[in-house]
Amino acid sequence: MESLLNQVPIGLSIGAVLLLIALGLTFTFGQMGVINMAHGEFIMAGAYTAYMLQGWAGGQAVLVALPVAFLIAGALGWILERTAIRHFYGRPLDTLLLTWGVSLVLQQAARDLFGAPNVQVDAPSWLTGRIEVAGANLPYSRLFILGLAIACVVGISVYMNRSRQGRRMRAVMQNRELAAVSGVATGRVDQFTFFLGSGLAGVAGVALTLIGPVGPSLGTYYIVDAFLVVVAGGLGQLKGAVIAALALGMLNSFTEFWTDASLAKVIVFAAIIAFLQFRPQGMFVLRSRALT
Amino acid sequence: MSDRLRGYTLFASISLLILVVAPLALPAFRLDELAKYLCFAIAALGIGLAWGQGGMLTLGQGVFFGLGGYAMGMYLKLHDAGGDLPDFMVWSGVEKLPALWGPFGNPVVAIGAVIVVPVAIATLLGVLVFRQRVRGAYFAILTQALAAAFVILLVGQQGLTGGTNGLTNFYDVFGRDPEAESTQRGLYFVTAIVLGVLYLGARQLVKSRFGRLLVAVRDGEDRVRFLGYNPATVKTITFAVSAGMAGIAGALFVPVVGIISPSLLGVVPSLELVVAVAVGGRYALAGAILGAVAMNYAKTAFSEEWAGGWLYLQGALFILVMTLAPRGAVGVYQQARDALARRRGDRPPPEPEPAPAVKTPKEVPA
Repeated sequence: MESLLNQVPIGLSIGAVLLLIALGLTFTFGQMGVINMAHGEFIMAGAYTAYMLQGWAGGQAVLVALPVAFLIAGALGWILERTAIRHFYGRPLDTLLLTWGVSLVLQQAARDLFGAPNVQVDAPSWLTGRIEVAGANLPYSRLFILGLAIACVVGISVYMNRSRQGRRMRAVMQNRELAAVSGVATGRVDQFTFFLGSGLAGVAGVALTLIGPVGPSLGTYYIVDAFLVVVAGGLGQLKGAVIAALALGMLNSFTEFWTDASLAKVIVFAAIIAFLQFRPQGMFVLRSRALT
Repeated sequence: MSDRLRGYTLFASISLLILVVAPLALPAFRLDELAKYLCFAIAALGIGLAWGQGGMLTLGQGVFFGLGGYAMGMYLKLHDAGGDLPDFMVWSGVEKLPALWGPFGNPVVAIGAVIVVPVAIATLLGVLVFRQRVRGAYFAILTQALAAAFVILLVGQQGLTGGTNGLTNFYDVFGRDPEAESTQRGLYFVTAIVLGVLYLGARQLVKSRFGRLLVAVRDGEDRVRFLGYNPATVKTITFAVSAGMAGIAGALFVPVVGIISPSLLGVVPSLELVVAVAVGGRYALAGAILGAVAMNYAKTAFSEEWAGGWLYLQGALFILVMTLAPRGAVGVYQQARDALARRRGDRPPPEPEPAPAVKTPKEVPA
């Protein structure tokens, strides 16, 4: 029973990381129809940022890295959007393949820059402890990740619902042409959304350094699951992404506990397919009169 | 020369090149390598059918390739063991032959399974997904997740599948020594002929009424539905056919290369196949084959020289192809041909078909 309870923080923190990754994906996918496979490499960039800052900030690297990684990964995303992706709007499948090419190059670049072996980022000393609640171990690092995700979700939700830029973003997501003729500079909104989404991936990367080692192919482990969150949660849906990410994280960690890790992925996949039988477009759907 | 005649001449000369010139000119080692590329070409042909013609971007063909390959590998393993347990099972402490393996001792069952199992799984997935009108990018993501889950399952079930090592060390391929030159030549011919037959079959399918319907589904699924057809059926059948092709490719791959392992099947190898199709030219079946052979050749050639460089090159090539020539090598060739014809001014060139995927950006979410 206690070990069962221990799965809860594991599942929640995995779900939180997936959420941070999926937020960027769901917005770029929902708003621009871009499937960004290079998103995984922005995670990696965030994680390596923490690693690089270790020499300078020492034990507090993770904390210092959070804003820096956000900016670095966001900048990478922005460059990608400006140089390549904007030529591909309206062709989602082509963006998938294009960004996969980008992701290959970035991965190999990381391998050449930082070496192929995994590196370790030391967690700050104040995150190494744990508390016990009802017999379950709650490591501080996992709680920190959870708190980080909550902060990001609150931030995004305030941004989307309260700020002018967020309103523009929602407008573009709902109806691009109508937003454009109403005077919204859709191209600029696209750029900013891409920056924001990629930046969140960088933050997720920093969070991942608390869970495990950092390697050039770090992103590929999470990108597939993050896309599943997008599919299950519904395009561009904050609420959907939150629920789907936590559900997926919990499902993952509990099926791994009850069966074994190799069967867990298959079960999760089957669960998603089963879920799509009831909700083919994900949990929440943006209502529109468009045909497709 | 009419287009038709030109097509036949091209097919005949390429067949001649593959079936006569290559076996005479290449040493056995290179011929075996070419046979491997032809296996990938068979799987690529399936992708060309599903993606190029049907618009279903399948990022999980490695799964079907693997199912075919493992079916063949299981038979060969059982045959080698001759009634005992296959060697890797002994090493991982399995004591009794798992029930799943039982039927694969029979070569007919195993060869049947090479096609039936991938087709059945693709049909099931197709029915579940396409009937709910899950399409486009969603479908691509789901197939990719399937590939990821499949590989993790294979690696995890060590005693059943040989884990990371997969199935290897085959000593007897249908009564022949797999290392012998004559066997390798024989396998090469079998692979080449299977590829040729499947290509002709796929071409026939594309030219048939069904093929027209398939292209129509790709370009306007809802319109096809309004005309009274069921796009889900068309897509499911095509997806199943392409899965069957991948299964056959996997089954041929096992005796040709002598191994089937998870590292050949995951997300990345599946994507590499798609990349090859895109580089060759996704809207032409021949482009898929061309792309698979060329990209795999380039990969081998490059990896021998500078291993890391291949990834840069592949990535860069891919970005360039997607940006500058989304219709791949075949598209570039067609453009060049038309431009040449125009310059000679002998006839007004036929209006080039607009590439279907290169629409003007209008409705963004697909």
